[in-house]
Amino acid sequence: MTVLAMASRDAPKAAIEPPAASLRGVTRHYRFPGGAKTLHALGPIDLDLRQGEFFSVVGPSGCGKSTLLDVLAGLNPPSEGTASFEGKPIAGVPDGIGVVFQEDASFPWLTVEANVAFGLKRAGIGQAEIDRRVDYAVGFMGLRDFRQSYPAQLSGGMRQRVCIARTLVLQPRLILLDEPFGALDQQTRLIMGDELLRLWRETRATVLLITHSLDEAAMLADRVGVMSARPGLFIDIIETGWPSDRDSRIVADPRFGEMTGRIWEKLRTETMKHMQTQGAGPR
Amino acid sequence: MRYRALVTLAVVLACVLALELACALGWVARTVIIPPSEMVGSLRDILWSGEFNRAIALTLTNVMISVVISISAGFVLGVAIHASDFLRRAVEPYLASYYAVPTFIFYPVFIVLFGVNSAAIIAIAVLLSIVAMITATMNGLDRIPTVLLRTARIMRLSPVKTALLIQLPAAAPYFFTGARLSVAYSFIGVIASEFILSGDGLGYAIAYAYNNFENRQMYGLMLLIVIAVTLVNMTLDRLDRRLQSRLRR
Repeated sequence: MTVLAMASRDAPKAAIEPPAASLRGVTRHYRFPGGAKTLHALGPIDLDLRQGEFFSVVGPSGCGKSTLLDVLAGLNPPSEGTASFEGKPIAGVPDGIGVVFQEDASFPWLTVEANVAFGLKRAGIGQAEIDRRVDYAVGFMGLRDFRQSYPAQLSGGMRQRVCIARTLVLQPRLILLDEPFGALDQQTRLIMGDELLRLWRETRATVLLITHSLDEAAMLADRVGVMSARPGLFIDIIETGWPSDRDSRIVADPRFGEMTGRIWEKLRTETMKHMQTQGAGPR
Repeated sequence: MRYRALVTLAVVLACVLALELACALGWVARTVIIPPSEMVGSLRDILWSGEFNRAIALTLTNVMISVVISISAGFVLGVAIHASDFLRRAVEPYLASYYAVPTFIFYPVFIVLFGVNSAAIIAIAVLLSIVAMITATMNGLDRIPTVLLRTARIMRLSPVKTALLIQLPAAAPYFFTGARLSVAYSFIGVIASEFILSGDGLGYAIAYAYNNFENRQMYGLMLLIVIAVTLVNMTLDRLDRRLQSRLRR
């Protein structure tokens, strides 16, 4: 049996458990300011995120990946169709969803510890429980020695860890990651990828990762959704079949090259389409 | 940093020594300027005699009232203008060219409205300092990274909590810069107004000494103002640097 044909760890569960989140016929149109013209950014999209799976989304720039995340996070309602989380329609940001953005979203006026505890304090959780969860998350993300540091004193990778820890302590059941390692160098990305996998295994949360990196998508995910150029549609969803205890060493496996090759094959045509619409086709 | 401070101090000391020498050698007439050592002596006499305590208290009170009004009203107006696109489009061109208008030309208007008293002086100082706070507030609110506001939405913060817990601290360095400018403009507004037309305060005392050829007293009072403003500015500058370094992204 080839790796591509291997079942994902959650495939049998998918048949039994209801999906963590669903999109049915979801589209998103944006109206240009001061005009009647609209931009069709996304869809129609149908997608079921399985309970506890790691799902990566790749696609050409501007294909609506972040719009998809906004719809799932409840930050933007779909223009048509329905989005639901744990069986309930998404209207506003639902309880149980955490988001890590590409940009540095740490609060520069708070220490690492206060940043991580921020959401818990707002949620009205008791101090003892806050301390316990912050202690765990800070340790888990390797920030124990920097508890009293301010984000300005940390590197970009460490600030992103602060943001992940801040999301982790809230114990979300669905974690949405919008190119969280986009600004980091390749080595740091691999290490952060390992930490993300560790976090995913530990929390058993469902994870949706948006990324530009095919390697990252292939290494981290149970399934990789490949999107078309705008308006973004899923042109393929590829099961990776990796074991759940995988880490970045998987990049040395010959099957990894096979996987990224398969994703790139799907993506290449769409990327060229995107470049041609931008007036920058291959010469 | 310490080296830079030492160089700055050395430059100031060199200028003071050069002036002292020029006065001692008679290169500069006493009717023009007195030696720095005499200025210090005059300042000591002013402080020990208590002759000008009332004037000092009055000036500082006027400055403080002006600072409080311009910072609080400037902040509220800045937030209001930032919140309304219509208001902003209407007001922004005036704010941009505001400091091209010599504010002191409105002094007669305030004399008519408030009389020859502290109220007119404070009004001029507020007029001079409030716009710095308005523009700094708008600038600070403009520069809050969108990702922080998106994070607030993800954490399901109410608009009030978003304003208090995210927007206010995120824009604090800009607000502080506005407040710092308001303090400086308030000092200028109050002392210059007292100088032009007033019967009390440090500005008036300097003008009085100047008109009566009391050079020693005039330079003593000027030194007092320079020292006071420098100390205030240094304190605010230190706080500003600390805030900026902590909040640098």
